[in-house]
Amino acid sequence: MAEATHAEVHRHPAPTGFIRKYIFSLDHKVIGIQYILLALSAVVVGMIMSVLMRVNLSWPGTQIKIMETLFPQGAPGGAMTPEFYLSLVTMHGTIMVFFVLTTAPQGGFGNYFLPLQIGAEDMAFPFLNMMSFWVTFVGFVVLLLAIFAEGNATIGSWFSKLGESFAGGSGTVGPIGGWTGYTPLSALGKIAGPGQGAGVNLWIISIAIFCVGSLLGALNFITTLLNMRTRGMSLMRMPLTCWAWFTTAVLALLSFPVLLAGGILLMLDRMAGTSFFIPGGLYVSGSLVPLHNGGSPLLWQHLFWFFGHPEVYIAIVPGMGATSHIISTFARKPIFGYRAMVFAIFAIGMLGFFVWGHHMFMSGMSPYSAIAFSILTLSIGVPSAIKTFNWIGTLWGAKIRFTTPMLFAIGFVSLFVAGGITGLVLGQTSLDFFFHDTYFVTAHFHLVMGVASIFGMFAATYFWFPKMFGRMMNEGWGKIHFWITFIGVYAIFIPFHAMGLLGMPRRYARFDEYEFLKHSHPLVLFVTIAAIITVIAQLLFYFNLFWSMFKGQKATDNPWEATTLEWTTATPPPHDNFAGILPVVHRGPYEFSVPGAPKDFIMQTEPEGTGISADLGGTSGNGGNGHRG
Amino acid sequence: MAATVTGADQVVDVGIGGGSRPKNGNGFHRNGGGKDGDEPLRFSPARYRLGAWVAIGSILMLFVALTSAYIVRSASATDWQPVATPRVLWLSTALILISSVTIEISRRSLKQKSEAGYGRWLLVTTLLGVGFLGSQLIAWRQLVRQGVYLASNPYSSFFYLFTAAHGLHLAGGLCALSYLLARKNSYRHTLDGELRRIGAADAVSIYWHFMDVLWIGLFGLLMFWK
Repeated sequence: MAEATHAEVHRHPAPTGFIRKYIFSLDHKVIGIQYILLALSAVVVGMIMSVLMRVNLSWPGTQIKIMETLFPQGAPGGAMTPEFYLSLVTMHGTIMVFFVLTTAPQGGFGNYFLPLQIGAEDMAFPFLNMMSFWVTFVGFVVLLLAIFAEGNATIGSWFSKLGESFAGGSGTVGPIGGWTGYTPLSALGKIAGPGQGAGVNLWIISIAIFCVGSLLGALNFITTLLNMRTRGMSLMRMPLTCWAWFTTAVLALLSFPVLLAGGILLMLDRMAGTSFFIPGGLYVSGSLVPLHNGGSPLLWQHLFWFFGHPEVYIAIVPGMGATSHIISTFARKPIFGYRAMVFAIFAIGMLGFFVWGHHMFMSGMSPYSAIAFSILTLSIGVPSAIKTFNWIGTLWGAKIRFTTPMLFAIGFVSLFVAGGITGLVLGQTSLDFFFHDTYFVTAHFHLVMGVASIFGMFAATYFWFPKMFGRMMNEGWGKIHFWITFIGVYAIFIPFHAMGLLGMPRRYARFDEYEFLKHSHPLVLFVTIAAIITVIAQLLFYFNLFWSMFKGQKATDNPWEATTLEWTTATPPPHDNFAGILPVVHRGPYEFSVPGAPKDFIMQTEPEGTGISADLGGTSGNGGNGHRG
Repeated sequence: MAATVTGADQVVDVGIGGGSRPKNGNGFHRNGGGKDGDEPLRFSPARYRLGAWVAIGSILMLFVALTSAYIVRSASATDWQPVATPRVLWLSTALILISSVTIEISRRSLKQKSEAGYGRWLLVTTLLGVGFLGSQLIAWRQLVRQGVYLASNPYSSFFYLFTAAHGLHLAGGLCALSYLLARKNSYRHTLDGELRRIGAADAVSIYWHFMDVLWIGLFGLLMFWK
């Protein structure tokens, strides 16, 4: 392929065939867009499910004809059964956590912009990168199959042919074990109830496949970042987005294998008759579970949450990176405390490995370990506060340009604070006794990990769209989208806190049967209406996205007057990113409003001597950094 | 870099050690490059080695999770029944230890530009790896003959699980060895190709040593933590 040339331009020709160019592409930019499209499709499925759940909660027994057509048993006459509701909860969680919040921020934007921002021509292992996407895609298809293997009698009967443990067609939409798939019920198979046959098998297989895909991605991210930075791009000159993607990759690398191990053990319990998680003398549905003995259901919770807690940081950390980057750009100020931001993001990631027990306060775990987990959990508040204060410090006194990406980035900070503050409540064992499994928890994690991450991704989409497609997204529609979504998500999730205080439990299909919740009906109705409006507002985003791809205003190479390397290359970037000439970096990533400089921003590639020297221009706290001379 | 390009038909000489690090800011040496930085587009064999270490990190976590489950399960159970370790596992252990030595000889031969030695010892390592897998299969058959199956008791479940998971990863290593053997003579005419060949050989040998160490760890666990 490559000649042994030294200084001459060394270019990889772009592939020409349709399949190599758009389907099985090795180009990190195409793979990034593939990931984003996957997330954009998955999020539609997840959102439809959440609307269906809200409709059932507000108007129990609503008949929706199409549901009867698709799932004749799960929704007889179009009205969903409680099992059907529970499987919606499960699939909504699984799809959103794995195929939206893990794919778009890291696989999507990380893939597209990490090599560009560090000045590399591609990822370290393009083939593994391609495999990573397609493996993830297969995982998604298998997860969709889980819906129909349980929901549809015909498709279920195909799986029943694979053996007793694969019996499907129970009539629910999919598995009903929640996205956490707690044992022992998830380990027993069909006898545990509807949705626990083929549905759970496919659910586990899908997640195992997803683990493999994510591991390939993480391997690529870490190697690329450590090995392929261009000349002058020292670690402390990297944009904070790169630090975020790196932290996320480390988290994924170390946590997904644990989920994979748990999945293997669970599958063996279900298929091969082992007893890792199934205790002896277990009565389910009125009959004794035979042939199993001595297993520990708690072991699954430990394995799952050892993965599960880092996973929520996998979702939000890239959003933190994008927010830092975008806030600095539109505040026209260097990020406040660059080094502190780097250490805080890494500290949040690493602490995330030692707090999994706070999901298990009510599990019967030793109260002594619960206290240790509680203290460690609350200590995450420190780096989180550092980040928040630094974002506010960056905004303080700035001439802010209120573009759509900036609005979403500020929205991220708001949601991160609003959702994070309840983490301090739930992290205390005594308070968690009351709040455990209520809507208070649902409010907490939706705000901080769900919606905040999505706001990070909205900000990233509006910010980088011009670089990706060469056109601007429509600002007016973007702002309308922001305001409806911002007010909408608070209208949905603030009442959730009140519901939690009322003691409203999660995962229940309807509340009209409980005396103590009778008065909360207006609240439930309000949330549903807010949810429907917010979901409809997302159509605006989809329309803006696809319309702007073809009809948007043409973008220049650096429309936001940003400083990092992706804005130095053509729009959209050529196949090898920098047309064979790799950029050389001379300064830190956030050199905005440097005193004495001719413009209010200095590109990272700007050599010393033009405008102002890097030593003097060290306003972002990282300008000099041992690279003088 | 002791790199010289001597012509299109000749084999490229990258000097002993082959894996000299590029100077262009990859975070190890000469971080930040500068005016005397190396040509930035050149492939660095450190990439493959780094990739191998990162992969090892994730595989290690898989086995850490499984061994934690093993320890938890052994402590909590009343049905824990250790079985006598099949003797043939000592043969497996010997085979994999020797294979670590042979792959090291092979890697050093490559560095010393002994192509014949490189290929020969690579082949020996591959055969030893196949022998290891065969020996593990014999251990399984011995257990089956004693009536010990996967679901018999938690110890046997973990025994089969550990050996299978390790065997699967080792089979991956065998694929990598075959890949090295298959492209032993290709890509040698360019500096880039030669660096890739050396990087790949380094990465595979790192991985293979890890398989060795991992097996010793698992074997020790199964032997002494009953």
